[in-house]
Amino acid sequence: MLKKVLPRLLQMLITVVGVSFLTFSLTYLAPGDPAMMLLEAGDTIVSQETIDQTRKELGLDKPFLVQYGNWAVHALQGDMGISYSAKKPVTEKLAEGFAGTLLLAAVTIVFILLISIPLGIFSAVHQNKPVDYIVRFFSFVGVSMPSFWVGLILLYVFGLKLGLFPIASAEINAKGIILPAITLAIYQSAKYTRQVRTVILEELHQDYVVGARARGLSEQVILWKHILPNAVLPLITLLGMSIGWLLGGVAVIEMVFSWPGIGNMAVRAITMRDYPLIEGFVLWISIVYMLINFLVDVSYNFLDPKLRKEAQA
Amino acid sequence: MREFVKTHRLFALYTVLVLLIIFVALAAPMLAPQDPYSGDMKAVFLPPSAEHWLGTDKLGRDMFSRLIYGTSTSLFMTICLVFLTAGLGATVGIVSGYFGGKVEMVLMRFADMMLSFPGVVLAIAIAGIMGGSIVNTILALVAVSWAKYARLVRSLVIKLRSNDFIVAAQVNGTRPAMILWRHIVPNVLPMVVITGAMDIGTMMMEIAGLSFLGFGAQPPTPEWGLMLNEGRQYIQTAPLMMVYPGLAIFIVVSVFNLWGDALRDVLDPRQS
Repeated sequence: MLKKVLPRLLQMLITVVGVSFLTFSLTYLAPGDPAMMLLEAGDTIVSQETIDQTRKELGLDKPFLVQYGNWAVHALQGDMGISYSAKKPVTEKLAEGFAGTLLLAAVTIVFILLISIPLGIFSAVHQNKPVDYIVRFFSFVGVSMPSFWVGLILLYVFGLKLGLFPIASAEINAKGIILPAITLAIYQSAKYTRQVRTVILEELHQDYVVGARARGLSEQVILWKHILPNAVLPLITLLGMSIGWLLGGVAVIEMVFSWPGIGNMAVRAITMRDYPLIEGFVLWISIVYMLINFLVDVSYNFLDPKLRKEAQA
Repeated sequence: MREFVKTHRLFALYTVLVLLIIFVALAAPMLAPQDPYSGDMKAVFLPPSAEHWLGTDKLGRDMFSRLIYGTSTSLFMTICLVFLTAGLGATVGIVSGYFGGKVEMVLMRFADMMLSFPGVVLAIAIAGIMGGSIVNTILALVAVSWAKYARLVRSLVIKLRSNDFIVAAQVNGTRPAMILWRHIVPNVLPMVVITGAMDIGTMMMEIAGLSFLGFGAQPPTPEWGLMLNEGRQYIQTAPLMMVYPGLAIFIVVSVFNLWGDALRDVLDPRQS
């Protein structure tokens, strides 16, 4: 078990260092003086001495690698600096935004599961029948539509015309989460339905299914007792990938619905050139994403009897 | 030819549709009824009419002409992106797969790093920090997408490397560059082409997404993602403005997705 986990953790560490280094270099090369941006507070004019003073305090007069080292050491201690735009610690901003994103992801996952699993199974069992074609058609349409466009249309119809949902959410609220979650779920379930269908179809053609049929078991029993338990593992992996995507790649949808999540925050941070916040965001997302993939892999070891024996030995 | 079309009917149909899109992109200046850049402040947000088939936008520019020109922008960006990504990824994959050793270790560690990370997040950061422009968007997306191709090609090359015809070439004293070019490249090319073709739709969507966020093409470029963003600001007064560009993305992405799947079936029937 440990032999498997250690290299993974090492690879994760390398990735975190690499990705944070890349972002740090980009912000270092980008135009703009961080000291000035931190000091700029509306209409006050800042003297050159104050700027120099702040540059020294922030360590901006040091060579690039020293600066990165300092940042990394501080980040390890949970201090990612001060956000220029909010004048608040980056960690605080990240925690605020992440709460919104996490909640949105959770609701979306529930929708995805409710839509994809029944449809995927249904369509696989009735392969090449009209229902299968209908499900496949809709899942194809779902993947080919840009999700931000779907979001805008839902926003227009249900938010503006029908007035059922708020068109923007300044803070986390139950009504505001529905539309963004549905938008994300449409795209993801279109993809996931296909994957569920493929996985079930693969299982349907296994020898054990033929065997079960030969023994005279009913199709229902075969499906629920034999096929589904076998299909759980690949489905968990695929769902894990969706979760990672939901936590990192939803900036566009959060922006469309003005949902107070981490992606929305990151987009604003980028437009305002709030470098510490951008660095913190990329670091945080990379850690969360990898942890989820890691947990999915570890869960394999517990769910798959073959691997479980191996792990104990 | 006739035989091919007969056996691959769907592929032929989708190819015709793809060619049609390419034609629209290339012939945009001839097909567009009006100049996509010239506006008329007295004619903003006009409803569809005989003169402006799809109406006009916030600066009074002809929406239909902008959509047609948008085909060129989107297609051009996507094609650059797919070629650069596949080219870079395949080169890294061939070099590390064939030569192995330290080079392979370093390159593959790098690829693993890119794969174990949500690419779009990094692409947004890169494009945003470098400043939104067509070139930066493409570079940012290449930077986060090449690794998949590198992994794929490397695994193919490792399998190929031990084949007799490669060993024979090596024993004959053929230069490595020649072996790569003559024997390795032609053998990995089909898989790269299939993967690339199937990625066109996704990449087009990613480009539009970045432009939508403001980190891609900049105004006044006629680009669908950017046009959607402009339409979004006028969602209450002129909702149609955001319907058209999205519809255009949807249609073109669908065609390329269908074509990609069909191409895979033609080139590699085992996979389907």
